[in-house]
Amino acid sequence: MIAFRALKANKVRTSLTMLGIFIGITVVVLMSTAIKGIDNSFQDGISALGSDVLYIDKWAWFSNEEWWKLRNRKSITMSDYENFKSLVKLPIAVAPVINSQQTVKFGDKRVDGVFLNGSNADYVKTTNFTFNQGRFYNEVESNASRQVAVIGSEIATKLFPRGDALDKTIKIGNANFKVVGILAEQGSFILGPFNPDNQVFIPIGTIFKNFIAQHRGTVTFNVRAPNPALLEETKAEAEGVMRKVRGLRYDEENDFSINQQEGLMSEYNSVVGVIQIAGLFITGLSLFVGAIGIMNIMFVSVRERTKEIGIRKAIGAKRRTILTQFLLESSAICLLGGIAGLLAAILGSMMLNQYFPTSIQVDAVIIAIGVSALTGILSGFAPAYQASKLDPVDSLRYE
Amino acid sequence: MNIINIEHIAKIYQVGLEEVRALRDVSLRIDKNEYVAIMGPSGSGKSTLMNMLGCLDTPTSGKYEFNGVNVSDMNDNELARIRNKEIGFVFQTFNLLPRSDALHNVELPLIYAGTSYSDRREKAQKALVDVGLGDRIHHKPNELSGGQRQRVAIARALVTNPSIILADEPTGNLDSKTGEEIMQLFNDIHEKGNTIILVTHEEYIAEHAARIIRLKDGLIEKDEKVSKRFIPTREKTIISL
Repeated sequence: MIAFRALKANKVRTSLTMLGIFIGITVVVLMSTAIKGIDNSFQDGISALGSDVLYIDKWAWFSNEEWWKLRNRKSITMSDYENFKSLVKLPIAVAPVINSQQTVKFGDKRVDGVFLNGSNADYVKTTNFTFNQGRFYNEVESNASRQVAVIGSEIATKLFPRGDALDKTIKIGNANFKVVGILAEQGSFILGPFNPDNQVFIPIGTIFKNFIAQHRGTVTFNVRAPNPALLEETKAEAEGVMRKVRGLRYDEENDFSINQQEGLMSEYNSVVGVIQIAGLFITGLSLFVGAIGIMNIMFVSVRERTKEIGIRKAIGAKRRTILTQFLLESSAICLLGGIAGLLAAILGSMMLNQYFPTSIQVDAVIIAIGVSALTGILSGFAPAYQASKLDPVDSLRYE
Repeated sequence: MNIINIEHIAKIYQVGLEEVRALRDVSLRIDKNEYVAIMGPSGSGKSTLMNMLGCLDTPTSGKYEFNGVNVSDMNDNELARIRNKEIGFVFQTFNLLPRSDALHNVELPLIYAGTSYSDRREKAQKALVDVGLGDRIHHKPNELSGGQRQRVAIARALVTNPSIILADEPTGNLDSKTGEEIMQLFNDIHEKGNTIILVTHEEYIAEHAARIIRLKDGLIEKDEKVSKRFIPTREKTIISL
């Protein structure tokens, strides 16, 4: 009560001081929700890749090898795929994948630089795709290298705002393709061009026929284990079979890489960890500046109210009472500023959410309030202690 | 029964390299329901003595017993408790909290004493009525006249029902008419059985007391009982503010 009286009496000063904490808490909370939002959408995106899928590739996603060593590896070919597929036993699906970037058009609408995915009918079994309309191309279409395409949800909205894509003929590069399926929304923005929503899927024979010379480019195998628990076993088998297919002697190194989501995860975590620490450190600085503001204002306040402290002591306030009074004042400033900042951050993140994934966490809210109260107590302590130590005789005489 | 028993107290301040002996050797007893005035020119040590009596400060040497309890070597918190429960202060400059109303100012010592809300409200209200400010309880100090402010301060001093009232030049900032009214109030309080110690350098103020202690150079120069100036109390208590 006493603390609030004093705050009310100095409205302008109190609110300016609060502003410091307000800004501090706002940016810290916004930052953490943004980080959390990116994190969530990345996790979603990554899980779209499937935790039970291996990607056998000439290239390694993450590698300490020299780049040229990887480049000098032999390309993986379709005949490697046929051999590999006939030898492995564990996987429930093995699909060859090759990519190209092309412009996709329908009427006067176009999307440039679309990731074109060429595979076979087994590809869909290595994913968790769901469909808005239609289906994935089938084995017949794939074996016959038909001009059929399955399009991602975002491509569909861009080319067919009215949602009538099915059975329409679109132009990829200069060739015509019939749309047989439209995917439901799958991934997240974080994967960029690798997001299935931005891709077009056609049979691998068709991609070779239209866009990639057979001897160029290297094929990736998407290998799906029966379940995540059998991933390591599947990986071991795949490695053995692949070495055989590639004709490697026992003393030769692998000339292919087996990639998996896990590697992506740990790489991501290390990057995001740094961003997180740096981001929170920088925004934390602004909170720190706010705290200094409070400390400053509390020192001024103690000086200004020396006489009042003297009066209070003369009529029986103990040291502890004075200490508590000033601590309560500074934490009240911080708490009010913190709560206002939190509300602003929630509002801000709602607005940001239209452009950018954010996610308000309950723990972030609790931490923000806790941090602001703590800031108040810490920054108020030195001034409050000074106040409590004042000598009643001297402070009564103070004008 | 002595409320105050001081034996050979001295207070020495260190000002730079110089030692200032504000009190040299003072011994003093004050009984219950006494009305004592402490007088002396400035620099005589009367402020120091009053701080000592009010437990705002501790002596460098000597012994101070308050209600039979030795307070000369108490710590800050124990002294705060004595000030809160046993001593009512009235200052020359009133020393009210400027942003709080009369009621809050008066209940403040009770807050520090830990009295419950309803209890302290009631007591504070009664104390304000007793000093004649029943209709001003929600006024802030700057909305009150000097005499009224001093009445609030007196109510605050009385509200804890202390053993002594310690008044430091209580009329120093008031015109003589208002000052006289305040002195009347002190007379009434004294008649109700309270012990009053008055610090002043005005002879006519000191004349209200029954005993005058004169200080000079940190020593008691004279300690005399005086015949109280006759004031027909009953008639003069009419509060005309």
